[in-house]
Amino acid sequence: MRDADSTIIEPKTGWARLNIGELWRFKGLFYFLAWRDVKVKYRQTAIGILWAILQPTLGMLLFTAIFSRLARMPSDNAPYPVFVFLGLLPWNYFATVLGQSTTSLVGGANLITKIYFPRLIIPVSSAMAALLDLFIASSVLGVLMYFYGIRPGASIVLVLPLLILTLMNAIGFGLWLSALNVRYRDVQYAVPFLIQIWMFATPVVYPGTVIGGKWRLVLLLNPMTGVIEAMRASVLGHMAIPWGGLAVSALSGFLVFLSGLLYFKRVERYFADVI
Amino acid sequence: MKPIIEVNNLSKRYSIGRRQSYGSLREEVSDAFSRPFRRIFSSSAGKAEAKEDTVWAIKDVSFNVAEGEIVGIIGRNGAGKSTLLKILSRITEPTEGRVVMRGRVASLLEVGTGFHPELTGRENIFLNGALLGMTGAEIKARFDGIVEFSEIDKFLDTPVKRYSSGMYVRLAFAVAAHLEPEILIVDEVLAVGDAAFQRKCLGKMSEAARGGRTVLFVSHNMGAVQRLCERAIVMHNGNVLKDSFVESAVASYLNISHENIGGRDDLYGIKRDSNEFSNIKFSKCHVLDSEGKVNVSLKYGEPFTVLLEAVSTTTHEDISLVVAADSITGVRVFTTVSEDFGVLYRAVPGEPLRAEVHFDKLVLTPGCYVLSIAIRSGKVGLDTLMNIIGFEVTAQAFGNITPHSGTFGLVSVDSEWRPPKSIVF
Repeated sequence: MRDADSTIIEPKTGWARLNIGELWRFKGLFYFLAWRDVKVKYRQTAIGILWAILQPTLGMLLFTAIFSRLARMPSDNAPYPVFVFLGLLPWNYFATVLGQSTTSLVGGANLITKIYFPRLIIPVSSAMAALLDLFIASSVLGVLMYFYGIRPGASIVLVLPLLILTLMNAIGFGLWLSALNVRYRDVQYAVPFLIQIWMFATPVVYPGTVIGGKWRLVLLLNPMTGVIEAMRASVLGHMAIPWGGLAVSALSGFLVFLSGLLYFKRVERYFADVI
Repeated sequence: MKPIIEVNNLSKRYSIGRRQSYGSLREEVSDAFSRPFRRIFSSSAGKAEAKEDTVWAIKDVSFNVAEGEIVGIIGRNGAGKSTLLKILSRITEPTEGRVVMRGRVASLLEVGTGFHPELTGRENIFLNGALLGMTGAEIKARFDGIVEFSEIDKFLDTPVKRYSSGMYVRLAFAVAAHLEPEILIVDEVLAVGDAAFQRKCLGKMSEAARGGRTVLFVSHNMGAVQRLCERAIVMHNGNVLKDSFVESAVASYLNISHENIGGRDDLYGIKRDSNEFSNIKFSKCHVLDSEGKVNVSLKYGEPFTVLLEAVSTTTHEDISLVVAADSITGVRVFTTVSEDFGVLYRAVPGEPLRAEVHFDKLVLTPGCYVLSIAIRSGKVGLDTLMNIIGFEVTAQAFGNITPHSGTFGLVSVDSEWRPPKSIVF
């Protein structure tokens, strides 16, 4: 008998350790759960994965019609469709992850009460699955930029770290919300409103520059502001990278991810009992 | 060698009060972060918890399991079996105690957990395998075996939502059966599926055990437990009531199931299944061995007697008594009706009716059986008590009769074998 295979089960006190080795052993499950979410998402639809393109495109057209044509919203001198699409890409991803991870644990209640595996895999894999939609929707951005004759500069290399930042914020908030929702189902009803309000407190459909006064502070403290403005700056190169906002996003991403992880690990022991 | 599973003083407490489940959100979050610090600074943290409405689902459970053993865990609903398995499977944490598991554990608490209805059979094999802890390569290597075992090859690419429930269960069990852990924990999976498939599942489990795996098996099907396990643990009210050879554990389970030792005197008061008003009711039922003593344990071939007593509030003429026996797998073995033997009874108020039915030879093969009794007037049932007393037929023979194991059937029939020369065609 190999001692490495020994498992000791006893009541845990204090902070649960994050068992990296165990997460590594279950790495296949991250993949399979994400793969399941992707497979299932567009099952029994006529146009399938095209929805991943259609949804942000229709959003872009709608916002262009309302904000650009009707409301004459400025867009930092960039073509509004490209401008808003660059906001929608990270925002939609962030909002999808928030919404999906909130209900992910409760939706997986039958797994949680019947099978042991690191519970972290559930919300994290749902965040991974949503990445596919983001990548597919990015192709529309390419088409738009070609159409408007926008050539990305060297700063486009920032997109990957920005994506990681979005991911950290999304997963961090997702861990908090999913764990809270296990005990308080109120969370799943509040989150859709939270997402709506949050979207309008984020420069998705408008440029951050139009907000002044005391609301400017709200905008700056919002971790998605820095990500989205930096995303636009890095792709369009129409303005300087907003390093200040980015620092807020990075700090928030780090803190929310870490505290979310701690909170999740601390309360996961009762998931099976109260879910 | 150290036991592969060591369970020491394991207890699990559940809160049934409201306080634990719904504190305020703010309290909850701040509590999560401050509790560890509070524990350091305050020694009274534990006292407040004890006042809540709590229930011990299991309390001070200890046992060891050696490598390669198949151990049955039996007990009534609510005895703590499922809680025990959930702790051993690491789904929930114990409140007290410690378990050491020396080997890779796989548990199957419910067949088909994690199956997604929209995914095909093939896709679900991979998903379910990953959930049960298999790697992609392991699943691929066992894929053909799984498909063959489940007999669903034609429907491999059909979403499982279109499967019949039988196909669904077969596929789910097939995936789990192809796990190759050192310790397998299985909960009541045989409640589903048809008889042929159940046999196949049992076969697969004993095959696993022959291959050196350790199996913990929870079931209400005593026949399956007896066939599969040599040892069984009886849980009762969260404690281990008995931990012994399977035969005596099952017998002891039947006794706690019926709260009696070979007979019971409390029948008048117990609740009947039917709500019909009856003015005659059984009050006692005893099983007597060949010496006329109340006994749960009868020898194979031994003469025995069932003693019945009923109390009536009106006069009943010409009533008939019925005694029937079922095997623990629920097969009716015999029924005897007094009327068929030309015996009718008369019951009057104020004087209990006593009757006995005697059996010259116990033809039931060793195992456990359950008695049901009834009072009838013609075709009308006046009182019926199903499965009220269990008794055990031991492998010990009475006199010079040779008993056979349960695999020879439920009943031993007298038969006369003739040498070939005497057969005339």
